[in-house]
Amino acid sequence: MTDQERSVVAEAVDPLLARFPGVATKDERRSYSGYLVAADRLIEFATALRDELGYDYLSSVTGVDYLPEGKWKVVYHAYKTSGGPALIFKTQVAREDPRVPSLVSIYPGADFQEREAWDLFGIHFAGHPNLRRILMWEGFEGHPMRKDWKEPYFEEEAKPFKSRWPEGNVSRSEDASPFRGNFQYPPGFSPEGWVPEADSALYAGVGRVSASAGDNGRSLETDQIVVNLGPQHPSTHGVFRMVVTLDGETIVDLQPVMGYLHRNHEKIGERNTFLMNMPFTDRLDYICSMSNNLGYALAVEKLMGIKPPERAEYIRVLMVELTRVVNHLWAIGFLLNDLGAFFTPALYAMEERELILDIFEATSGSRMMCNYMRFGGVARDLPEGMFERAREIVFDRLPRRVDEIETYLTDNEIVRGRSIGVGVLPAATAIAYSAAGPVLRASGVPYDVRKADPYSIYDRFDFNVAVRYGGDVYDRYLIRIDEIRESLKILRQVIEGMPGGEIQTGKPQYQVRVPAGEAYGRVENPKGELGYYVVSTGKPTPWRYHIRAPSFINLTAMGEMCKGQKIADVVAILGSIDIVLGETDR
Amino acid sequence: MYGIGVLKGLGVTLKHFITSYVEDLRWLGRRYFNEDAMESRQGPRARGVFTVQYPEEKLPVPEEFRYIPFLLYEIDEDGKPQDRCTSCGICAKVCPPQCIWIVRSNDPQTGRPIPEPAEFFIDIDICMNCGLCAEYCPFDAIKMDHDYEMAAYDRMTQHIFNKARLSKPVSYYASIRPTNYTREEEARASKEAAKAAKREGG
Repeated sequence: MTDQERSVVAEAVDPLLARFPGVATKDERRSYSGYLVAADRLIEFATALRDELGYDYLSSVTGVDYLPEGKWKVVYHAYKTSGGPALIFKTQVAREDPRVPSLVSIYPGADFQEREAWDLFGIHFAGHPNLRRILMWEGFEGHPMRKDWKEPYFEEEAKPFKSRWPEGNVSRSEDASPFRGNFQYPPGFSPEGWVPEADSALYAGVGRVSASAGDNGRSLETDQIVVNLGPQHPSTHGVFRMVVTLDGETIVDLQPVMGYLHRNHEKIGERNTFLMNMPFTDRLDYICSMSNNLGYALAVEKLMGIKPPERAEYIRVLMVELTRVVNHLWAIGFLLNDLGAFFTPALYAMEERELILDIFEATSGSRMMCNYMRFGGVARDLPEGMFERAREIVFDRLPRRVDEIETYLTDNEIVRGRSIGVGVLPAATAIAYSAAGPVLRASGVPYDVRKADPYSIYDRFDFNVAVRYGGDVYDRYLIRIDEIRESLKILRQVIEGMPGGEIQTGKPQYQVRVPAGEAYGRVENPKGELGYYVVSTGKPTPWRYHIRAPSFINLTAMGEMCKGQKIADVVAILGSIDIVLGETDR
Repeated sequence: MYGIGVLKGLGVTLKHFITSYVEDLRWLGRRYFNEDAMESRQGPRARGVFTVQYPEEKLPVPEEFRYIPFLLYEIDEDGKPQDRCTSCGICAKVCPPQCIWIVRSNDPQTGRPIPEPAEFFIDIDICMNCGLCAEYCPFDAIKMDHDYEMAAYDRMTQHIFNKARLSKPVSYYASIRPTNYTREEEARASKEAAKAAKREGG
């Protein structure tokens, strides 16, 4: 945040500081920003924030474990959907028996995020309607993101591990675990005898209902039934489960269950050095590794106070926008798969994706796990011929192919019949549930981080924020086509304006010095707003490394979208949200 | 009229279907198992069938392609292999999943460390092919390979590569990454020249 931005925010909130004397104070620590709010007045503060100041969008909620000080902080990032920088507010509680009021009643989008903070940190959100574990399994012992919690293969607090050099006693970590696997049990636990009790909470809503009286005046007594879609179900795009309560074919309630691919990415990130996290970010949303890289690089660059050279900025935007095209092609292809058009549209879309992945492979060395961005630049320059190839694809091939996909699908009566009016998410609900990206914009909210809070060099390019107003599956399909067109517009400007010169600020270093402080780097990922909240204490490893994952948070509104719909539409609605489980489960 | 949209879509599929035969005919049956045809099947102007018949035919990998690292050695005047690695340990320190183990060797007489690794292990089950070791090695001693077909029958015994398994000659590196090799050799030569000039001057 620049000083100017900070003063804009301060001006807006200072009346609030005056309104809540002694409750809200400025976070005065060096390189920190935002406001500290007393936990018992948090609800009041947040309500005023939303209703009086227009911060209607709660982007991120996360905990930070300040172990040496014996404190927890819960950090909130709120935005206005009309644009502008974040308002950060924090609340602080003692480490023993941490209790914070839940904000779900004000910002329903906090639901899953607070559950995540409870699950991983053990912070109790009082008043949360459904405070259960979300990523870990129900029998899990402890809260893994706490700084004093150690994982099964624990070696040391931070990498690099001393056993690697110079003695180098090679061993397989698998052999070190007494259970010969990546897990540990609480004392006295027997996996054979365990009954997952918490699952019964998912089925609590099931009951007997009376259907409305028919023509003969008699009502029909029916049982609701529960259908478990997943975790092994082809339409869930991975290991994801939806517990659907049905009345006949109509959905009464839907609860997403996730965490099957959970690996505690954030804990790994807090053992890693800053640079080591870069290849791990590839593995979040593995369709869009380039834009994951960018978000992380931006967060750390904010802390370091450096900027990449001009050419690197252009290459970054080139790669990130190509990634957006890749992702949307993929999303459209697989949405059609979910609608029953088995693989022909998906493979047409994937042909184009292959050509873009060829550019990624030649430039970064890998098709999907690109690991391409560095702090203050990119890893290497575009190899010979790749710029020309990108030009040919962007100017010549892709526009024709996008038109072809539109001819192929947009007017198709089956596609329209299956998707128009299905899974409608009204604008107000989308904002309240913190939906992001195409899901938010298809509901008529023209919010795009590239315009609302420009990063990198997006303020230089001429493009429109795609917006559609229906909020249904069909509009979420159309908006992705629109966004591919807008991305191509940006790409043409990037290719025309690509300057020469350096691609890295300073000398490439494997051990970067990151000054103490906090930073929130957010980018408009193809799936929505991706945010990295990084806290540094000046050490080689980040103290806190949190990811605001769009795939995860967009699922908060999934239940809302599905209520009252037919069971067969769940698959289409999930496909239209476009999740990647690598990012959802982290 | 209802159904026009479906018919338009079927037209697109039909076009793809016909194009695949037109393309096959244009190459008179030489479109597959033919390296010259690969560009027209995979490049920006590609039309028709996109599939590569792996493993009978393979896509050429670009120079920057990276898979499991290998160690470089040079052949000295006596024909003996000389490791480029000095066991400085930077690769082991920068490795994100910590899959590199290095045993530094000591001079048997003085007990001081000497710049040559006694052993070098990479657990390829853990390696994530990120390429940071190769990127930050100051001696160009560890590089990423192009060989991606390394399936083995037993992961317990065959997936920890030792120095013997990892070492490959510099000539192999020059063959898979000619541009990088030339650039690095030029940098090395100019550095040597600068050093020599300094020595003469001083």
